[in-house]
Amino acid sequence: MISGVKSMRRTTQGVPGVRRPSLADLVPRMMPRLVDYWVTVYRRTWRGSVTTFLMPFLYLTAMGVGLGSFVDDNAGPRALDGLTYLAFIAPGLLATTAMQTAIGESTYPVMGAFKWHRVYFSMAATPLRVADIVGAQLAFVAFRILLTCTVFLGVLAAYGAVGSVGGGIAALLVVVLLGVAHAAPMIAITARMKSEAGFALVFRLGLIPMFLFSGAFFPITQLPDVIAWLARLTPIWHGVELSRMFTVGSVDGWAALGHLTYLVVVLVAGWYFAVTGFTRRLAQ
Amino acid sequence: MMISARGLRKSYGGIEAVKGIDVEVSAGEAFGFLGPNGAGKSSTMRMIAAVSPVDAGSLEILGMDPATHGSEIRARLGVCPQEDSLDNELSVMENLVVYGRYFGLSRAEASSRAKEQLAFVQLTERAKSRVEDLSGGMKRRLSVARSLINQPDVLLLDEPTTGLDPQARHQLWDRLFRLKQQGVTLVLTTHYMDEAEQLCDRLVIMDNGVIVAAGSPLELIAAHSTREVTELRFGVGDNESMAEKVADLADRVEVLPDRLLLYTDDGEQASQAVHDRELHPVSSLVRRATLEDVFLRLTGRTLVD
Ligand SMILES: Nc1ncnc2c1ncn2[C@@H]1O[C@H](COP(=O)(O)OP(=O)(O)OP(=O)(O)O)[C@@H](O)[C@H]1O
Ligand SMILES: [Mg+2]
Repeated sequence: MISGVKSMRRTTQGVPGVRRPSLADLVPRMMPRLVDYWVTVYRRTWRGSVTTFLMPFLYLTAMGVGLGSFVDDNAGPRALDGLTYLAFIAPGLLATTAMQTAIGESTYPVMGAFKWHRVYFSMAATPLRVADIVGAQLAFVAFRILLTCTVFLGVLAAYGAVGSVGGGIAALLVVVLLGVAHAAPMIAITARMKSEAGFALVFRLGLIPMFLFSGAFFPITQLPDVIAWLARLTPIWHGVELSRMFTVGSVDGWAALGHLTYLVVVLVAGWYFAVTGFTRRLAQ
Repeated sequence: MMISARGLRKSYGGIEAVKGIDVEVSAGEAFGFLGPNGAGKSSTMRMIAAVSPVDAGSLEILGMDPATHGSEIRARLGVCPQEDSLDNELSVMENLVVYGRYFGLSRAEASSRAKEQLAFVQLTERAKSRVEDLSGGMKRRLSVARSLINQPDVLLLDEPTTGLDPQARHQLWDRLFRLKQQGVTLVLTTHYMDEAEQLCDRLVIMDNGVIVAAGSPLELIAAHSTREVTELRFGVGDNESMAEKVADLADRVEVLPDRLLLYTDDGEQASQAVHDRELHPVSSLVRRATLEDVFLRLTGRTLVD
């Protein structure tokens, strides 16, 4: 009965025929071909993202100024290494904004591109490879984060919460890296999700706890040890610490290297799983 | 050989969609997959399109293995999927240009080819319309235009004319004929036998993941059917009992819920004989045998109900 079968192919995780990616499969080569498409996406959606520029004003006024004056008048400066509360949370807000933008752009829009308008499928029918499709999607998320965070940083600077121009630029680069380090694993998860119903869980069990326990609003040393150690495992904590070093202007070289390495590792792992996830989904 | 498949298989979870088929398509040919819903036509097309990996068996497209040279293969294929995957929010023109860019065309080249293709499928006047505002048939034609943007060697069309009105269907057939004359290899799937007969040099009839017959439309009819068919309609419920009374008038009699089919080389004569026996069908009709009859013969089912 199976006389015609000449070869059984290597498979990954029980999906017949889907090969494990080789190193070459993981490297994008034709991303520039996707620029025109993503420009159309930007033209269609930029209006909707204008309101995100309001967020820094809201956060900084409520927390930096409102909550901040309360903290600073009390035990704040001692617990915060002599920083004002505003200076303490500014880089945290920058980093969490990058994370939220990254997750937002990697959930519904990615699901839509698989399920509703199916644009990934029409890309996959062309010479483009999975790594190109994933790469362009991530590059677009990075662009969105860069845009949002640049505005945010401008507002922070206006509030006097950024130490130096160089520090600000370094922090911006850090949060873009932090953002894609969240976006890559998130699109990997989205690619594996049948329906968008699971996003509520992602937000409740992932995004919101990470937001609250990121070290953006208080030092995580204030938390019970177990939770503090869990918090240190999340990429957002590393991003917050790193961007704070730069906006405050006191960089500890080795610690910074450790944080950077962690983020790069998460990004690379996320990339791998994004490529495998897209490969499986697009093969259907 | 443009496409060469041996023992090709595909399953999804527990469902075996394609159960070991052999297919060869040579350059310049128009090749068809004919079969009912769920036969495995689209699954086969997606493997040939180098997007869906082959579970087992061997597949070569343009002399290359899709598992290792997918990108190179796809660069030379045009694909018109069963479900339109157009960008509804963009204009007709933008859809083509953006898609052309995926093939590495410059912007200028992509838009000049886009204009050509729009003229080819007669959508030039709608170049600026949003795709959302097009009719179903126009979207289908736009999908065909889009699949031609890279000037493919092989064009894969999954049910190209489903949802088109008769006039639009004939127009599209005409366009496909022209492509064939230009040397483009056509591979298409369809539920319509007339489409298969009109367009295909060679076709396979698929059912349930396997190929049940292969050949040119004429060969298939000659091999699996008589030259003519007499269709008799008696009242509902009477067809079954009438079948016995006419059984000797034809090579073979097929009973369908709404009619009897008498397979014979001389339909008129059979029709006359029925009349002579004073059986009085509500209607009787003599026609040439079609691929539908071949399909019915091979599977015991009609293609489109
Ligand atoms: N992505 C998929 N996931 C799971 N099952 C699938 C998938 N695609 C096809 N199938 C199953 O495989 C079988 C063959 O489907 P396929 O789409 O190839 O048939 P088809 O001949 O194209 O039918 P139609 O004429 O309705 O388009 C069906 O039973 C279908 O349910
Ligand atoms: Mg189909």
